[in-house]
Amino acid sequence: MTFNLPPGLALQKVDERIMTLNVGPQHPGSGHMRIIVQIDGDYIVACDPDPGYVHRGEEKMAEYRNYITNIPHLERPVIHDSCNVLYPYVLGAEELLGIEVPERAKYVRVIASELNRCIYIMYWLAIYGIFLGHSTMFMWPAGDRELLIDLMEKMTGARVTHAHFVPGGVRNDLPPNFEDVCLRQVNYFEKRIKEYAAVFYDNPILISRTRDTGILSRQDAIRYGTTGSVLRASGVDYDLRVKEPYDVYDELDVHTNVMKEGDSYARSRIPWLDMMESCNIIRQALQKMPKSGSVRVKLKPNPKTKGLESVYKRVESGRGSLGCYIVSDAKTEPYRVKLSVPSFRNLIALPNLLKGEKLGNMPSVYWSLNYWPVEADR
Amino acid sequence: MSVIAPNFKLSEFIKSLLDNVFWIIFIVVLIGIPAIMMILFVIEMPVIDGELLTPFLALTWIADPSRILPIVKAFMATDIFRVMAFPGFGFAALLAAGTIFIERKMLAKLQLRVGPFYCGKFEGILQLMGDGLKLISKEIIIPAKADKPIFWAAPVLFVAAAAAFVAFIPVAPGWVVADVDMGLLGVFAVIGFFPIITILSAWSANSKFPFIGGIRALFQMVSFEIPLILSLLGVVMLTGSLNLSEIAASQSSFPWIVFLPVGAIVFFITMLAELERIPFDLPEAESEIVAGWLTELSGMMYGLVQLGTYLKLYAFAALFVVVFLGGWNGPMVVPPFPAEILEKGIELGPVTANIPGLPLFTQDMLNGTLWFVLKTVGVIFFILLPRGVFPRIRVDMLLSLGWTKLIGLAFVNIFIALGLLYAGVLGPGGLQ
Repeated sequence: MTFNLPPGLALQKVDERIMTLNVGPQHPGSGHMRIIVQIDGDYIVACDPDPGYVHRGEEKMAEYRNYITNIPHLERPVIHDSCNVLYPYVLGAEELLGIEVPERAKYVRVIASELNRCIYIMYWLAIYGIFLGHSTMFMWPAGDRELLIDLMEKMTGARVTHAHFVPGGVRNDLPPNFEDVCLRQVNYFEKRIKEYAAVFYDNPILISRTRDTGILSRQDAIRYGTTGSVLRASGVDYDLRVKEPYDVYDELDVHTNVMKEGDSYARSRIPWLDMMESCNIIRQALQKMPKSGSVRVKLKPNPKTKGLESVYKRVESGRGSLGCYIVSDAKTEPYRVKLSVPSFRNLIALPNLLKGEKLGNMPSVYWSLNYWPVEADR
Repeated sequence: MSVIAPNFKLSEFIKSLLDNVFWIIFIVVLIGIPAIMMILFVIEMPVIDGELLTPFLALTWIADPSRILPIVKAFMATDIFRVMAFPGFGFAALLAAGTIFIERKMLAKLQLRVGPFYCGKFEGILQLMGDGLKLISKEIIIPAKADKPIFWAAPVLFVAAAAAFVAFIPVAPGWVVADVDMGLLGVFAVIGFFPIITILSAWSANSKFPFIGGIRALFQMVSFEIPLILSLLGVVMLTGSLNLSEIAASQSSFPWIVFLPVGAIVFFITMLAELERIPFDLPEAESEIVAGWLTELSGMMYGLVQLGTYLKLYAFAALFVVVFLGGWNGPMVVPPFPAEILEKGIELGPVTANIPGLPLFTQDMLNGTLWFVLKTVGVIFFILLPRGVFPRIRVDMLLSLGWTKLIGLAFVNIFIALGLLYAGVLGPGGLQ
C-alpha cells in the first residue's frame, strides 16, 4: 500500500508493541480534553495532552463589553470557582478606574472567595474519588458541598455562577444574621471534612496506590511553572495570599500547607488541608469584619479609564495563582484582557509525570494536577 | 425504531389488554369449543378409579388437593423443577435480584443518598424490573469488525457457566441439582471457564479498551484461581470428601471457619477478585479503560453479563456458606407441621377436608433453607461492603497479592488442617 503524502509530511514509525489509546474527549476518565497515551504492555511510554475542546473565546469577548458587563461571562471558565476567577479582573479594573473599595466589601470578598475555594476543591475531590474507583468519596463531597452552596446562595442569590464581585466592591450586602449561619455551617463543614481522613486519606489501599506515583521534584515543579497545590505538594512554600497579599489577606493569619513528597498522594492531600485553612480564614474574617458600612462604591453607568495603561493582578484561586492582564485605551471597553490560568501551567507537567508510569496510575496522576479543562481552554 | 412505548397511557394499555381478552374469548367460543366437541365425539375417554374422565371431571380434579398434591410432589421430584425453580436457576436469580436491591439501598445509605426511590411505590423495589425492560428495549450494536458469532455467544456462555456453577450448590439436605461426588472439583472446572469466556468476548470485540480489560481479567482470574483452590484444600482434607453435600453435612456441630479462619479469609479475598468487585474491579476500571471487557456490549447482551455476574456472586457466597459456615446446619427454628391436620384434616365449617400428601416440604428442608438463605445473605452483605469503603487497586499490587501473600496464607491454612488432623483434634475420636 503506497501513499502519496503531501510534501513535508511523513508517516510516523510506530513500534509493533506500542498501542495508542485515545483517552478522551468521550471517555469517563478524561474531562473535556484528550490525552493520547502510548502504552507498552501496562507502561505508558509517551503521553500527549490535547486540550482545546471547550475554547470559547472569553478573552476576545471581553474586548467588546464594558467593564461591568464583562463580569458574568468572565466567570464562566470555572463556574464552581467563579468568585476567584473574577477576582483578578475586578482588582485590575478597580485600579484602572481608580476606585477605592470600602473596608467591609474587602472582608465580604475574602469570605466569598474562601467559600468558593472550598466549593471548588470539594468538586475536584469528588472527581478524584471516582477516578480512583472510590464511589463513597464521590458522593460525600458532592453532598457536603451543598452546605457551602447554600451559604453562597444566601449571600449572592445564585447557587453556582454568582457574579458577585464588581469593580467597587460586591454587588449586595450580606443578608441579616448571615454571620451566625456562616459560622455554624463552616464549623460543621470542617468537622465533616475531617471525617474524610478515615474513609479516604488514611485508607491503606489509597496510600499504597498513590504514594510514589507521578513524582514531581521541587526543581521540576519550579521549572515547569506549576502553581497552587501542585507546587506546594512539591515542597515550595508559595501562596499568593501570603506572598503578595491582596485586599485584606495581610490582616489575616494565613498558614500555607506544604508537603515535600511531590507524589500524587501529596497533591491530593494539600487541597484537603487547604479547605481546613479556608475555614480558619473565614472564621477570622467574620470576626474582624466591620459590622456595618457600605459594601459598594457607586459607579457611573459606563465608566471610562483615564488613558493607555495596563495592569496585571493575580490571586490565589482553588488551583493556583490566577492572573489577569488588562490593557485599557480610554474607552468604556478594555483593549485587551488576558487570563493567565493555573490549569494550563499545571498541565505542562503531565507528559513528564506520566512517562514510565503504569496505565492504572493515569487517572490519579492526571487529576491530582488540579487541572480544570474548561479553564485551560477559556 | 426500538422504542417500547413512545406515548404510554395507562388507559390505552388497559384498553389493549381488554381487546386481547375479547379476541381470545371470541376465537375460543367460535373455533376452540366446537373443535374440542368434535374431538370428544371421536376419542374414547379413559376410565380412572371407576369414573369416566370427562373434561369437566378433569377440571374439578384441579381444585381437589388430594388429587393435585401428589402431582405437584411428583413434579417437584423431577430434574426440571430442580434445575429451573428451587435449588437451581429461579431461586438463585431471585436471590441475585434481592442482592442488587440490597446493594443499591445499602450503598445509598452509606453515601448520603436515597437510592432507587420511585419505581414500585416502596423504596424503588421495582427498579430492577425497569432496568431490565430498558435493556431489553435497547438496540444491540455490534462493532463492524467484531468476530460476530463469538461476540454473540460470549454473554450467553457467561450466563450458562454461572448457572452451571449454581447447579453444584446444595441448599438443603437432598436439595441440590447435581449431587456429584466430585462436586468441588466440578466447581473448580466451571470457575475455569470464566477467564476463557471473558477473553473470548474481549478479543472478538476487536477494540482496544475491551482488549486491555480482557487481558486484565485473564491475569486476575488465573492468578487468583490457585489460592482459591488451595484455600479449600484444608476443608477437603478434614472431611475427606469432595462432595459438597457431605462437606455441608460434616459441619453439624462446628462450622469449619472455627478451625480454619485463615482459609476462610483467603477464600473470601480470592472470591472478591474472581467476582471483579471493588477493590478488585480492574477489568472494568471506568476511569482507565472505560468499562473494560464490557465496553462494546450493549442492550440485553450487557444485561446477560450482569445477570451472570450476580448469579456468580450468589454462587460464590453460597459456596463460602457450604464450605466454611456449615451450609444448612443450624438450630431448628421452623415449627413442625401441625399433627392434627395430618390426623384429623382441616375443619372448614361443616366439612372436614382430609388431605393426603401433606406436608409438602419436610421440616428439615424448610429449616435448612432458612439458615442457608440467612447465611448467604450475610456473606453477600460482606461482599458488597468493600464497594463503599475501598478504592480500586492496581494490576501489579493485585498480582503480587495473589501470587505471594495469598498463596502463602493458603499453605499456612493447609498446614493448620494437617496439624489438626494429626493431633487428633478432628477426625476419628476428635471433636467431629
